[in-house]
Amino acid sequence: MKIMINGSPTDVRADTLSAVLEELGFGDAKVATAVNEDFVPAAQRGQVTLAPGDRVEIVTPRQGG
Amino acid sequence: MQLYGSEIASRLMLGTAQYPSPSVLTEAFRRSGAGIATVSVRREAGNERAGAAFWDLVRDLDVALLPNTAGCHSVREAVTTAQMARELFDTPWIKLEVIGHADTLQPDPFGLVEAARILTDEGFKVFPYTTEDVVLAGRLLGAGCEVLMPWGAPIGTGLGLTNIYGLRTLRAQFPEVPMVVDAGLGLPSQAAMAMEMGFDAVLLNTAVAKAGDPAAMAEGFAGAVEAGRLAFEADPMEPRDMAAPSTPLIGKAFLE
Repeated sequence: MKIMINGSPTDVRADTLSAVLEELGFGDAKVATAVNEDFVPAAQRGQVTLAPGDRVEIVTPRQGG
Repeated sequence: MQLYGSEIASRLMLGTAQYPSPSVLTEAFRRSGAGIATVSVRREAGNERAGAAFWDLVRDLDVALLPNTAGCHSVREAVTTAQMARELFDTPWIKLEVIGHADTLQPDPFGLVEAARILTDEGFKVFPYTTEDVVLAGRLLGAGCEVLMPWGAPIGTGLGLTNIYGLRTLRAQFPEVPMVVDAGLGLPSQAAMAMEMGFDAVLLNTAVAKAGDPAAMAEGFAGAVEAGRLAFEADPMEPRDMAAPSTPLIGKAFLE
């Protein structure tokens, strides 16, 4: 299905957030996630099932002021 | 200095953005003596791993981390960003920015108070990036904030303290609240002035990162912050309009 990953349309096979992260290469990466603008804690990623068109944000630590 | 119950040794807080290289960032922090570093969260592609490299860099700085919600223009966006930052950086501290105006990056006072209340209720320790407005400051304290971060000038301008009257009034109205002048400083003298006025700390980024020699400028700011704090604690003299001789007149030779 096609979902939005960090603003870009992306085809994924997996349907849970944790499986999508794995599929996209974030398996062991230090990331935080949100789906459709709501934060999803790491422990809940396995229970979040994605639907076509869902907007997933994947963020990491960065420079800031 | 105590911020939310944590003892912070340095009154200089430093941002981590815009340095010419990671090694310059590290050297600037070393010479600044800063005890707190601001950081952010941003999108990452799967194979990029820039976040991991940055995470290793800031952990080696051995300072407390204050994640921000920079660039957020809505309450929801700021709240979600704060929640993601708390998980990533493993801290309840959040520098809350809810921007209301694109050209000045002025905080949206209404959204700021609303987001501060939501985040405080969720257990965050909120450091709101605010203006010098005393009414807004009162509302933020009412929403649960125990620290305020009034701007000196708009972010990245280097203009210094553009509303000294307003900042002085804010400081006087809430003498017990820790206040950090955040944003707009360009020179150490401006940081010293903020400290002389009784602000508890300053937070800056661009002034150091965009200096020709960031590490030297960081050390310059550290000295200014220390000097300004000492002056405040030393209870400065009152200015006066007319001259008053400092050398005693008694005993002066009479030579007409």
